[in-house]
Amino acid sequence: MATGIRDKVVILGMGCSKFGERWDRNAEDLMVEAFEEGLKDAGIERNQIEAAWFGTAIEEQHVGKSGVPLAMTLRLPYIPVTRVENYCATGTEAFRGAVYAVASGAVDIALALGVEKLKDTGYGGLPQRGRGGLNNFFWANISAPGSFAQLAAAYRAKHRVDAKDLKRAMAHISVKSHDNGARNPKAHLRNRITEDDVMNAPMIADPLGLYDCCGVSDGSACAIVTTPDIARGLGKKDLVAVKALQLAVSNGQEVQFDEWDGSYFATTRVAAKRAYREAGIDDPRKRISMFDVHDCFSITELVTMEDLGISAEGKAIGDVLDGFYDASGGIPCQIDGGLKCFGHPIGASGLRMLYEMYLQLSGRAGERQRPEPVLGMTHNLGGFPSQNVSSVTIVGSYGA
Amino acid sequence: MSDDFGILSYGAYLPRRRLQRKSIAAANAWFNPALRGLAKGERAMANWDEDAVTMAVEAARDCLAGLAPVAIGQLMLASTTHPYDDRQNAGIVASALHLGSALRVLDVTGSLRAGTSALSSALAAGCNTLLAAGEHRLAKAASVQEMNYGDGAAALLLGRGTPIARLVAAHSETVDFVHQYRGHDRPHDYAWEERWVRDEGYLKIVPVTLTALFEACGAAPGAVTHFCMPCTLPRVAAGVAKRVGLAEGAVRDNLAAVCGDTGAAHPLLMLAHALEESKQGDLILLAAFGQGCDALLFEVTGAVSKLPPRGGVKGALARRKEESNYERFLAFNDHITLDRGMRAEVDQGTPLSTLYRNRDMVTGLVGGRCRKCGTLQFPRGRYCVNPQCNALDSQDDQPFTELGAKVMSYTADVLTYSPDPPAYYGMIQFDGGGRMMADFADVDDGKVEVGMPMRMMFRIKEHDAVRGFVRYFWKAAPAANQ
Repeated sequence: MATGIRDKVVILGMGCSKFGERWDRNAEDLMVEAFEEGLKDAGIERNQIEAAWFGTAIEEQHVGKSGVPLAMTLRLPYIPVTRVENYCATGTEAFRGAVYAVASGAVDIALALGVEKLKDTGYGGLPQRGRGGLNNFFWANISAPGSFAQLAAAYRAKHRVDAKDLKRAMAHISVKSHDNGARNPKAHLRNRITEDDVMNAPMIADPLGLYDCCGVSDGSACAIVTTPDIARGLGKKDLVAVKALQLAVSNGQEVQFDEWDGSYFATTRVAAKRAYREAGIDDPRKRISMFDVHDCFSITELVTMEDLGISAEGKAIGDVLDGFYDASGGIPCQIDGGLKCFGHPIGASGLRMLYEMYLQLSGRAGERQRPEPVLGMTHNLGGFPSQNVSSVTIVGSYGA
Repeated sequence: MSDDFGILSYGAYLPRRRLQRKSIAAANAWFNPALRGLAKGERAMANWDEDAVTMAVEAARDCLAGLAPVAIGQLMLASTTHPYDDRQNAGIVASALHLGSALRVLDVTGSLRAGTSALSSALAAGCNTLLAAGEHRLAKAASVQEMNYGDGAAALLLGRGTPIARLVAAHSETVDFVHQYRGHDRPHDYAWEERWVRDEGYLKIVPVTLTALFEACGAAPGAVTHFCMPCTLPRVAAGVAKRVGLAEGAVRDNLAAVCGDTGAAHPLLMLAHALEESKQGDLILLAAFGQGCDALLFEVTGAVSKLPPRGGVKGALARRKEESNYERFLAFNDHITLDRGMRAEVDQGTPLSTLYRNRDMVTGLVGGRCRKCGTLQFPRGRYCVNPQCNALDSQDDQPFTELGAKVMSYTADVLTYSPDPPAYYGMIQFDGGGRMMADFADVDDGKVEVGMPMRMMFRIKEHDAVRGFVRYFWKAAPAANQ
């Protein structure tokens, strides 16, 4: 009987580059920026890393395929390097590889590093690209905002919500993330905005306007993981341990079978339940101290609050407008600015979220620091609401 | 059921947008003031994702609507604007209509008489034939043709059974009278003076043809109830009627004011229009001009009133949206160099081997129906999608083209590249089961709602401008607009 990942692996060190439009830096520079911080934080030498997982999603935009770019950039000593891609869960997927390697006992210390250099396309938004093979023949002409925007249409229809009321709650989500991003020196977007700014912004994909969409950024983040014993042996105290690592991937039911109603993420609901079980959490709304979810679009964050079981179904609007997810609220969400303002270099994003949880749990989050957090949760959602990869990760104080 | 041979059914299709001629004139009269005199009415205008093939498919679906399955031995596609010079255009139509591979198909082209010449040949051959004609006509900006032309399609089902009309007689004259032409590789027609075309062309060649037809069959010209002759030159059809002895009231509206001249499709469109307004015993005379003349005389039977309901020409004309943006017309026809942006630069190459393996799915919207659990699904996977079933290779062919659907979720996307932004698309749920994320077609801005009924339509998915390939697929259009 599998016992799960809880408290088997701890974070030895983490690093994260400044996110943003890094016009003067290559992807390799961003990787080094994150790695140098992570290595120093871990207090080890590069040669102590025994295996690495490299996450990048749109590799044709920057470093190219395989594990080689990571090994060459960091001059890793002929160790196994696995390149992973799993839509926007890519960074978390790299982390999962490294954590599982340590948990299996195959290696003592492993590295997960994610990077994306998106701002070399010549235009705003994500790179436009083919869907691959047969998909090009029949997939609708969907963009990322266009696919997620449909959540709003289905959510409104299901819960009989007025379009304006929903948009107002979505606006609050973005305003909150901009407030948080303004307090984060590494964030891409550090300006504060108002709800009216969101409501009046140019439309991207109805009903998502410009401020309902997250930043498209360059950036890199990394984690070095090991066992609790080794970490203690290296002099680490107040260990941050992995409590749950879950992933759920669509199998076609949402997009092909006549059950899903388009208003939620079927995968996130499954992954969240499994994660709470793995972490031994019965009442997440009481136990989780903070989270960073995949707020690629404001509506995604709103719906995700329900899928994670924090807000009751159809009730997220109330929690959002009550400020429950604000920095000073019951459970702060996107305390670092989120994808919305920290930015979204795809392969780095899952690790960036963990970086904030790690800083908070280590008491090193500066002016964003929450009082005595115990458990932090991160969530990624890659692909489209109708077919996607959802990851839920819980980290927390070792033994808690 | 009788065993006569004749026209069993008809169908029509016009693109929904109707470009206002006054908008064309407003844009171009500075250059060609004569256009002001033509600035009346409207012309059918193909959407960016429509061509002769897609419109012919829609006309053929209208033609086959409500009929018991008929064994079709032959499919003919008439057009002077076939999208492919070398690839059987009719073969694409056949796949979209699920006609199977045991089929003779023929692209008929090279003349504005392509539709009527195909009709004559098929009637003479006496084999069950689906004849479709479609045109997406191009004309130079500020030309008279741009004013007069229209885009559209018509279809006829010919065969043995209970015809709605029987052929009485047919006659053709072939004369190399070049009133206009389009050389190979040229996008536009080149036309000679209208007065010469009228006097030496229509008014001489058509009467000769009709007189020969009446002499051969012994019918009296005065007995003709409906005279269909496409011609946008003023008073020519009436002049022909007078010379031949047709009743003045028999001359039918050439639809120039409401859809324009749809080229090789137009004679068939006018015939369909006459059929839907005819009754038992009516005589319909069809004449098509172009390097000669085709003439066909039909007698309408009582079966015409028993044909299952269809859109027909009336439905196609009513399915209408006024378009006053001439710039959009120019852009759809690639007559201006728009800055389409970098998002339009994605390589649209089509792997032909992939297309072939999946041709039923892509061209015919064929998915699966599970034999074990009955679940409909698109596309068809090897394993059934029902989580309670997941059976392997358990699915029979299930075409989704004729299943109604409803909008489950949608958006209007201004970020993704579309030749006609915003791009509308969303999840649709088929009424009989099955669903898909589909592009929407012919949507009115701001008029989409969850639960709105939709109907699938055959459309262009992508133009591969680099390699000259057109990729087709199905899109969902509001059913209320049909």
